[in-house]
Amino acid sequence: MSVTAFLTDSTLCIGCKACEVACKEWNGVTEDGLDWTGFSYDNTGSVGASTWRHVKFVEHAPEPGIGGNAPEMNSWSFSSDVCKHCENAGCLEACPTGSIVRTEFGGVYVQPDVCNGCGYCVVACPFGVVERNEDDGRAFKCTFCYDRQKAGLIPACAKACPTESIQFGEIDTLRRKAEERLEELRRRGMRDATLYDPVNTSVGGTHAMFIVRGDPRSYNLPPKPEVPTIYLKKGWASSAVAAAVLLGGTLLAFLADGGRNGQRNGR
Amino acid sequence: MSEAKIHVIGGARVPDSPSEQRLVEIRQEAERRGEVKAIGIRPSGAPFPKASPETGYYGLPLLKQPPWTWEIPLYFFAGGAAGAAAVMGAIADYTGADRKLVRDARWIAAAGAVISPALLIADLGRPARFLNMLRVFKPQSPMSVGVWTLLGFSGAAAATAFAGFMGERYGPSLPLRVIENAGQAASLVFGLPFSNYTGVLIGATAIPVWNQNVGDLPIHFAASGLGAAVGLLEMMGNDKSRALQALGLGAALFECWEGLRIEGRGHSHLDPLKHGPSGWMIRTGGVLAGPVPFLLRAASVFTGDSRLRRWAGISALLGSLVTRFAWVDAGHASAREWREPLEIAGEGRRELGE
Repeated sequence: MSVTAFLTDSTLCIGCKACEVACKEWNGVTEDGLDWTGFSYDNTGSVGASTWRHVKFVEHAPEPGIGGNAPEMNSWSFSSDVCKHCENAGCLEACPTGSIVRTEFGGVYVQPDVCNGCGYCVVACPFGVVERNEDDGRAFKCTFCYDRQKAGLIPACAKACPTESIQFGEIDTLRRKAEERLEELRRRGMRDATLYDPVNTSVGGTHAMFIVRGDPRSYNLPPKPEVPTIYLKKGWASSAVAAAVLLGGTLLAFLADGGRNGQRNGR
Repeated sequence: MSEAKIHVIGGARVPDSPSEQRLVEIRQEAERRGEVKAIGIRPSGAPFPKASPETGYYGLPLLKQPPWTWEIPLYFFAGGAAGAAAVMGAIADYTGADRKLVRDARWIAAAGAVISPALLIADLGRPARFLNMLRVFKPQSPMSVGVWTLLGFSGAAAATAFAGFMGERYGPSLPLRVIENAGQAASLVFGLPFSNYTGVLIGATAIPVWNQNVGDLPIHFAASGLGAAVGLLEMMGNDKSRALQALGLGAALFECWEGLRIEGRGHSHLDPLKHGPSGWMIRTGGVLAGPVPFLLRAASVFTGDSRLRRWAGISALLGSLVTRFAWVDAGHASAREWREPLEIAGEGRRELGE
């Protein structure tokens, strides 16, 4: 089995939300996004338990030229967000039941028949992806269409995408494709096009890469996502110190007091 | 005067350079601020939303808030107090302290041993699947380590209290003494990590206010649990023990220092501990667990009034409870703060002298 990935290219996305619909239909995910957010055409807000693909509508300040924009109009770009399927996944490490596993395709998968809804993965995800469904009780997120991949098919979102903004394939091939695409975009004048793939953080790269224009932070992509296991060493060291001080302090207190009691009782 | 300024021809206004300048000003203000401030004008949805490196994605939070309800902070409180009580009970027994103190400490530990798993299970999305926690042991997951510690502690503390009770009621016997001694040793061993691991549990997460304090949280939670356990023991009538007094003083002193540490530093990731409802909860818990019991205990040392000690104990107990809820609430506030994970310095921060 080859290790696979998504490459989501915001310069090709037309904001049609076909990926959201395809994902919900294939995976049988409950409805949401029925409220107005007031933020452009985005009424979904973020990925979560009932949203595994989420199209972001990013309205920048006026920027002349590229993309047929008139100089005084806001520039408008779209990007389909998804679980990043981290190389070092916080949710997977945190899961106390072993429900969250790494699949043979390199994706991170929550086994719904094992999850008991402890919610620890929710606070362990540096991208705010996995969420507990309060009606169901268990945690849900993008499955990377594990079922479809097992059947030799590509994920529903990638299949439904009309512009090939969502590309799916072997991860090294996609990384190469991303570099080629960036070069092409820069040649065409989009010098602010960048690839978001945090390989130089403790997350160690992702199986969902994004080509965006400008600062990835305006797409809610964190500059330095960290897998929470990096805090374990400091935490357990502090726990050991706390335990030692509690043991030593209690011993000292009772020994000193006991000595006095002994004298008082004439022992 | 007014006729000179407004040129009216047939009821229509004729544009002139001041009127056109004013319209340009309005447009410039709109572009600069995203809205135009004027009396009686309140544009709905203003300022106009923009996604940018300064605003992030419309200021929508990146991180998810903890899905836990009241059971979890209450579990932190009960577990912390029970763990510390088990440690004190065992040491008190080994050093030959008053039997009543040993017995009371064991009962506190046993009560915690029953309440803690109940709270933990009640908070699960699928309580019936609690046993799935025992499919694996994952050292890299504080939740997994914690569940196994809880399991060991609960069994040990309950067995100790039960064997002690049976021995006193129906006379000592060898099996009871073996259970009592083994249980006590095990509840000491498990009680030590059990009283503070919850600090690692929330510290090793993606929530900034928690993970930036991961080096202090376990010690803070241990001191909080110790203060609560001492308070409970004193409320049960053990208000003559100098050892408890010393431990209560130590815990209160550490909580004072913890409060100073939080208040004295200006990092933006500490904001939820100082501002808003979570900030006031942290302060309330800190004052109840630190300065108040410290001063009451100091006063009782000089006056010999044991009522002051009981009040110190009650204050520390309440302080510990409030502190646990405050830290979880601060985690919610931190997850809602969209600037932190995007490393965006907000205007409010610069005002704080960042």
